[in-house]
Amino acid sequence: MLEKREADVIIIGGGIMGCATAYRLAKRGVDVLVLEKKEIGNGGSCRNAGGVRQSARDPKELPLAMYAVQNIWPQLSEELGVDVEYHQGGNLRLGLTDKDIKVLENHTAKSTKLGLEVEMISGDEARKLCPYMSEEVVAASWCPSDGHANPLKATLGFYRKALQLGVTFVTGVKVMALEKVKGRIRKVITDDGVYEADQILLCAGYESRRIANTVGIDAPVERQFNEVLVTEAQPKMFDIMLGVAGGEFYGHQSEHGSFVLGGNSGLQAFTSNNDNFVTNSLTAPCISRGIIKYFPILENVKVVRTWSGWYDQCIDVLPVIDNIKEVPGLTVAFGFSGHGFGISPAVSIAVSELMLDGKSTTIDISQLTYDRFHAKG
Amino acid sequence: MIRVANPEPFVEREDDDMIICRCEEITKGEIRRAVYDGMRTTNEVKRYLRSGMGLCQGQTCQRLVQGIIASELKVRPSELGMIQGRAPVRPVEIRTFSKNVTDVKED
Repeated sequence: MLEKREADVIIIGGGIMGCATAYRLAKRGVDVLVLEKKEIGNGGSCRNAGGVRQSARDPKELPLAMYAVQNIWPQLSEELGVDVEYHQGGNLRLGLTDKDIKVLENHTAKSTKLGLEVEMISGDEARKLCPYMSEEVVAASWCPSDGHANPLKATLGFYRKALQLGVTFVTGVKVMALEKVKGRIRKVITDDGVYEADQILLCAGYESRRIANTVGIDAPVERQFNEVLVTEAQPKMFDIMLGVAGGEFYGHQSEHGSFVLGGNSGLQAFTSNNDNFVTNSLTAPCISRGIIKYFPILENVKVVRTWSGWYDQCIDVLPVIDNIKEVPGLTVAFGFSGHGFGISPAVSIAVSELMLDGKSTTIDISQLTYDRFHAKG
Repeated sequence: MIRVANPEPFVEREDDDMIICRCEEITKGEIRRAVYDGMRTTNEVKRYLRSGMGLCQGQTCQRLVQGIIASELKVRPSELGMIQGRAPVRPVEIRTFSKNVTDVKED
């Protein structure tokens, strides 16, 4: 097969952000090359619980979430030719204590101000929507337009569509550094030689920071470990995306029937064996205890597998999506902090506009700039 | 590995309806189609189709899946690697899983 070393745009990172943006750019006639270190979607894109959620989002990224839910997700399966298993069954965020209720009320008030339809409901009202919940749940926030989708099929669906539109992907190459030529971004130095483009999009999850550093760009993003357990298939019980104010777990019942429930042990930031995608023996039990507390009916359901992944956690838990003024031609989209999947189809529109038109006109991303980090005082 | 779309149309075969992944009822044709669609590794095919995601976690089918992908791509099966192994090896009830801590309480 013919080697390809040059393109109009090189995208670093073959996750859902990279695949979806490649698709958008190719649709507008751009020649795109995507570089991926391992496999397509091997990072957070295929390692998340599939939430397509607007509720409890920071108002700064809510426009992305609302745009995605209103304009993209409902038609995405048709657009991609792959069933992404999108279900708009609503999102319940459950609370057990007064402290939980305060957290939920705070988010609800902020989101309502921005026009999102979300309300506080009582425990009994929540049990009407989802009858399997324990009596311990005293309140919940309810956002009927939230939902969930299958992140694996969405990521690989965008990848497939990008391929069909002529995008070239190169997998198994590790990006070592970026280089400027005459003040503009130009070269991507990899363990497989040099690739060149007029514009570069860096969307490589937590590895973005290391790569950005090679052209003097830095953002406060660190990787953070998280795990998910998957159960055997059960008869359809509910279509609702679940979260809990206390953070014990989150997830949903997938179209397949299995429950996909994520969480952490509270110790994850300080465990030592995190250099591989291995699961920690403490975490799935911890998620299991959370599940039993809220959904005792699931206690005899079997866990089939567990898996892990890393968030690219930004200091303010928001992504950086921006054209980098200091390095003309470089655009970044990283730091999604564990909730990038649901907004990814909208991010790809914003990023393609940033790259081709100089600014994002369809969706307001003005609060997610690279220059927003300042030292205190 | 360089990946571009296959310009030739997908060709169906007589044995395409043979079930390969018994747990998730994935056929040989679906696996061949996934490779045609761009999936190039055992993990990618698994994520795209669910082959090897069922109760046995690929212990029955993964060699077969690997062989089909390899013959479609015209590479040796050993070049493809295995699907990612996942704990627990056998399904375990949530109730059992939840009891990993010994709660030592003195009366």
